Amino acid sequence: MMENEVKEKAYHGQMHRIQKELMMRWYSQLDQAEETGTPVVYMMVSGNCVELLHAFGVLPVYPEINALQLAIRNQSLPALLKSEEIGYSSDNCGYVKADMGSYAMGNKSSLATKIPKPSLILCNYVGCSTYIKWFEHIADLTKAPLYMLDIPFVREDEPSSHDIHYVVRQLHEVVEILEKQTGRKLDWDHLRATVKMARQAEDLWSQVKHFAQHSPSPFDAYFDSTTLMGPLYVYRGTQDCVDFFRVTANELRERMHNGVGVVPNEKFRIVVEGPPPYPHFRVFREMLARWGACAVASTYSTVGGIWEFGFRHDPNRPLESIAEHMLNHNLANRNFLQRYAQIKRYIEEYSADALVIHSVKSCRLFSAGQGDMREYFTRDLGIPTLFVESDLEDPRYFAPAQMRNRIDAFFEALEHKKFYRQGGTA
Amino acid sequence: MSIFAGGVDVGSTQTKAVILDSERKIAGSALIPTGANVMHAAEHSFQLCLQQANIPRTAVNYVIGTGYGRYKVTFGDAQITEISCHARGAHFLFPQTRTVIDMGGQDTKGIKLDPEGNVLDFVMNDKCAAGTGRFLSAAAEVVGLPLDEIGEVALRAKNPVRLSSVCAVFVESDIMSYLAQQKTVEDILGGVHSSIAVRTISLVRRIGIEEQITFSGGVSRNIGMIRALEGKLNSKLNVSEQSHFAGAIGAALFALERAEKLSFEGQEVVEWQK
Repeated sequence: MMENEVKEKAYHGQMHRIQKELMMRWYSQLDQAEETGTPVVYMMVSGNCVELLHAFGVLPVYPEINALQLAIRNQSLPALLKSEEIGYSSDNCGYVKADMGSYAMGNKSSLATKIPKPSLILCNYVGCSTYIKWFEHIADLTKAPLYMLDIPFVREDEPSSHDIHYVVRQLHEVVEILEKQTGRKLDWDHLRATVKMARQAEDLWSQVKHFAQHSPSPFDAYFDSTTLMGPLYVYRGTQDCVDFFRVTANELRERMHNGVGVVPNEKFRIVVEGPPPYPHFRVFREMLARWGACAVASTYSTVGGIWEFGFRHDPNRPLESIAEHMLNHNLANRNFLQRYAQIKRYIEEYSADALVIHSVKSCRLFSAGQGDMREYFTRDLGIPTLFVESDLEDPRYFAPAQMRNRIDAFFEALEHKKFYRQGGTA
Repeated sequence: MSIFAGGVDVGSTQTKAVILDSERKIAGSALIPTGANVMHAAEHSFQLCLQQANIPRTAVNYVIGTGYGRYKVTFGDAQITEISCHARGAHFLFPQTRTVIDMGGQDTKGIKLDPEGNVLDFVMNDKCAAGTGRFLSAAAEVVGLPLDEIGEVALRAKNPVRLSSVCAVFVESDIMSYLAQQKTVEDILGGVHSSIAVRTISLVRRIGIEEQITFSGGVSRNIGMIRALEGKLNSKLNVSEQSHFAGAIGAALFALERAEKLSFEGQEVVEWQK
């Protein structure tokens, strides 16, 4: 039961340098948006339609990304306390509280750059009713126009043609609003080119995710995915995004071919469900890595879109494929049975040993049902499953000793099961 | 050559230490309050064990630390969580154990075992002392009785009260209100034990309760809690005088296995060199 010591330095390649440059450029553009007169659209990550924004040269702002950046840089608590001070319940979503608290404190990013006021608030509220109120509050404070882009939950295996038509009709209305705000008509050829570039990035992102099927995995599909998700959500539909993912795929492919795993001495391959504890991101990562546990797949990395199972935006059907993405090809708008199937497929196709569920207090919509999920995987499928709970935004909900105790106990048992009981060698 | 191995279980409230000999018999054991100086508690409990076993420190071949303070057992050779150790210890005390209910000072755990005593699954209370030993000690304080007497008193309850909360903080006001209503201490403590039993069982049911069930941890010394759990489970619990030491015993068993392996490997080297 000896634990691995994580002594090797984390890999930092060209992909990390480019990622940083891209994200810094985005923050810089947002900082200067009011001076440059660039319209800004607030939007949600889940099933986002960022391609449409790029077709108009409009900048996206994701309040969730603002919030998680505060958390990962250890700046969320003052914003959370501020929001509680102005009346938000302590049980409210941490993302909402941190963002609204941050707004009340001057609306700065975690890098102290300015988050501009929105030209349009596009509430593409897949999977979350609290977000509707969040965006209504932003609209009330900023007096910016609010468009409720209603995405119906998927009630069958696939969305109906009526569902797709309903969303496409709304996207046409969004196009009209953006035409008015930018003062120019949508160039449909440009939109098709944008969607084509989104598709290229999706191909590469999907390739990267499949690298984790290799053992050892060259990247961690939970922790490292968060690094890649920034450019994916902000720049998807641009050449910058394609170039970034090409460099990323090349670097990780080379590491894969050289047999270099992201976790030193990979011993356990896990699938992770749920968002990361951003305020304790590194600590949580190390708690798993010291056991040689590598996340080979994660559901959180599919919140903004599920591409590894084959879906792609289609330049020949730009709005229809955007609608399909918003409806059916992102985690948040799918039901729990579909999430079960997604995780089961990961476990089988990525040769995973176990499932780790990180439940977050902030989001009952995302977390409700995870107890049943644990039972399904443990009892019905016989997959060892660890259930731990903290939060994605609020550092106060993370108890390091308890978290470590659960993780250590789980891997002690898993180590015995994998290396001793089944006749393997440690 | 005789082999000795030690297990030191540094819990939030009490520290338990056990030394086993090569026959897997307990050569020494000690139980002390953990207090504020965790390292000192680990050291002191181990010293008491050595005295009882009447062996020098150098005679102990391997020591494993467990419990929340396991990394503070600085003289230990390795650390293993108390979940694995309680499972191993409970299986040692009662080999037919398939479920362990462990109630400590701040933790309540349910552990599911395979026939060899390995952990199959576990569940714990989360960031809340409801249903733990802390809840019982808070109740004991309010009614003005020593902690080790409240179990017996609870058995005499005729109409146990229904507590509105199992919060270790709010239990005080809850009990005060019942005292104000002239409820008897017996009925109040009966309600306290009953409410913890219900909460514990609903927690442990998440992993599936299979017989035999072994009760371990400090609260396993409380006869009121044993009977409350048995009543709700409709099943007899395995409890022994050593149940409180199950974690330390488990740690010592793991330590003994390692000591034996090291000794065996050492002999092989000697044989080969001949």
